[in-house]
Amino acid sequence: MKHKFRRALLAAALGIGVAAAAGAGAQEIKIGALATLEGPFAVPGQDSMRGVELALSEVNYTIAGKKVNLIKGSSNANPDVAVNAARKLVEQDKVDILIGPLSGSEGLAVKDYAKTQPNTTFLNGSSAAQDTTLRDPAPNFYRFSTDGAQWMAGLGEYAYKTKGYKKVAVVAEDYSFPYTQVMGFMVPYCAAGGKVPEKFWVPLGTKDYSSVIAKLPQDVDAIYVALGGADAVNFLTQYQQGGGNKPLIGGSITTDQTVLAAKGRIRDALIGTPAAGPIADSWDNPKWKAFVAAYKKKFPDGLPSPSLFAHAYYVETKAAIAALEQVKGDLSGNQAKLRKALSSLKLDTPTGMVSLDENRNAIADMFLTEVAVGQGGTLYNKVVKVIPQVNQSMNMDKAKFLALGPVSRTNPECK
Amino acid sequence: MSAVLPAQPANASGAVAVGRRSAARPYHFIVALLLLVFPFVASDFWIVQIGAQSLILGVIALSLMFLAGYGGMVSLAQMTVAGVAAYMIAIFGVSTTGSGLGWPWWAVIPWAIAIATLYATFVGALSVRTEGIYTIMITLAIGMATFYLAQQNYTVFNGFDGFKGLEPPHLFDVDSREPLPFYFLSLAVAAVCYFFVLYVSRSTFGLSLQAIRDNARRMRALGYNVTLHRIVAYSLAGLIAALGGVLSVWYNGRVSPGSIGISPIINILIIAVMGGMLRPAGPFVGAIVFVLLQTFAIDFIDRERFNTLIGTVFFLVVLFSTDGLLGLWERVRVRLTAPRAGVTSGQRDGAEGQR
Repeated sequence: MKHKFRRALLAAALGIGVAAAAGAGAQEIKIGALATLEGPFAVPGQDSMRGVELALSEVNYTIAGKKVNLIKGSSNANPDVAVNAARKLVEQDKVDILIGPLSGSEGLAVKDYAKTQPNTTFLNGSSAAQDTTLRDPAPNFYRFSTDGAQWMAGLGEYAYKTKGYKKVAVVAEDYSFPYTQVMGFMVPYCAAGGKVPEKFWVPLGTKDYSSVIAKLPQDVDAIYVALGGADAVNFLTQYQQGGGNKPLIGGSITTDQTVLAAKGRIRDALIGTPAAGPIADSWDNPKWKAFVAAYKKKFPDGLPSPSLFAHAYYVETKAAIAALEQVKGDLSGNQAKLRKALSSLKLDTPTGMVSLDENRNAIADMFLTEVAVGQGGTLYNKVVKVIPQVNQSMNMDKAKFLALGPVSRTNPECK
Repeated sequence: MSAVLPAQPANASGAVAVGRRSAARPYHFIVALLLLVFPFVASDFWIVQIGAQSLILGVIALSLMFLAGYGGMVSLAQMTVAGVAAYMIAIFGVSTTGSGLGWPWWAVIPWAIAIATLYATFVGALSVRTEGIYTIMITLAIGMATFYLAQQNYTVFNGFDGFKGLEPPHLFDVDSREPLPFYFLSLAVAAVCYFFVLYVSRSTFGLSLQAIRDNARRMRALGYNVTLHRIVAYSLAGLIAALGGVLSVWYNGRVSPGSIGISPIINILIIAVMGGMLRPAGPFVGAIVFVLLQTFAIDFIDRERFNTLIGTVFFLVVLFSTDGLLGLWERVRVRLTAPRAGVTSGQRDGAEGQR
């Protein structure tokens, strides 16, 4: 039995080897897309793939006269699995460009893997942990989708000055992406004079928040909640049932459509919640509206409006297309020309101009929003302000920003 | 170990098995040859991601096969035992996460294996008095408790992020994480574990373990210490799983709670069941099929449906065979050789006797 398998396996290996050799000179560009089609982020993962497909279908899967071969990979938000899937796409399928992954800690792992594959160009998906690009970056890893701290631009000051919240408690999931979001909120908030007496880190996928709710301090003015999807709905529902009445401040994936569409009393509590992120679904801008319309037309079964994941993957794919067009699909010299083009790219996206800094991390416009009641009683994120061209050090002096240290459960603090 | 054994057991079916198995067949050599030649013709991806990964998962599933096939105890904590070894390598060895104690490799590897074996013995002592579904439940509970401990403890286990930048030692100027050395390292460990399990299964300890599996009450009446035999079986299985765990941490280069969560735990069970739980070759066959499916299913079936393919294959194997793919092969072989001679009935009896 076993040797039969080995034989089949060898035959397959040889076959694939021959096919790869034959395909090398052909007029084809291989793009790999890696997202979480399984596990807790399966729905965002599907939407990410829609973003890639939308961008490629706009150019009819042809770049600089070469056909694009899109190969998909799947992970389940576990870094081990993400690296395995990336390895398959890069080493087996021999993709020229890899777009992904989706989740924060996956991004950190794939960045480390990218260092071992200097001949492949990696574009981030939507993963938004800070140190994927800020500290110890990989020279062939590009992020056109900004990080979780950038997404919080303007929220800290808005909460302190406009909303008048002098003291907030933090409830967030316990991994690299929420750490980054909390830092993005706290650094300007604390600088403005706000205090954060307590932070509660909960494991991803927590169902029961009663112990956290019982420990929430009574003397705070608001609660900053950086939870995603089902976690956010569970926490908010239990907080309401527990008689909680503090106003809320949202992370970038806390007040998205999956949460706003929830039924029950949490609706009332959500109205007026400020949040910030890389997209705002109700933004009144022709380019954004055209993007939403194209998404809805291509994917009638998709979400009511593209999620920030679809947007991030769309932007990354657009960047790959634009750079490839610029170099006429020339991938010679270990993709040197492509990388030069990517580094200096000025990309016009549905959410404004995007360019890269020296660490290959995006500088882009951010949206400060507030939950409002729309027509027919549905909730939506009303744009309060667009903050132009936020860079990775949140427009602070870079040396000073780096001196704050890497994000963690205990950094930053201002009790 | 001999102190455990009060008498020499005479087990008819065991004796048949010994006689039948000890003959080396031509296909044994072909398999060995293919395993040795394979890395020289395949690409790096096939050597490491398919070859080495299958061997590593096979070793961990082998520990489950040993417990379930010879001891009749289905433990879901085998991946956790492997994870404990992996975490020990990370905590006491060198990692780029910065919290490792930095022990040299010759100290940290035996230490990690020893701790994981001790942990497996502890799991065995806790669960050994239960039977069937209760063993599954209690070992699953231990596995999940360890997972949550690793995920929420920051001082020792470094929480959600775990440890990264873990590399195997460089020996004689050879980087053992390079595809060829790593493949042969995995192959050597897998071979040692395979023959170790074969050897133990024919030893007096192994035979009495199988007798206990078949009729624990009678063995107890004969004066055997059933509990102790079972605990020792857990320790031996733990030793094998620990070796797999050490290899897996080098393969992944990292360890985090996700490496010991519910889905890797179930994967090991799927591998063992799919390959066959009655012979030590089963887990390796299961691992190869599982890794191939997991890696390439997405190419055959679109998008989010590819897990259905994995599930369907598993379902079909379980539906049509009581002993996984190896059992299926056995049935085909018996049917093919049936017209030839009277050997068939003896062979069939042998196979039945093992069940």
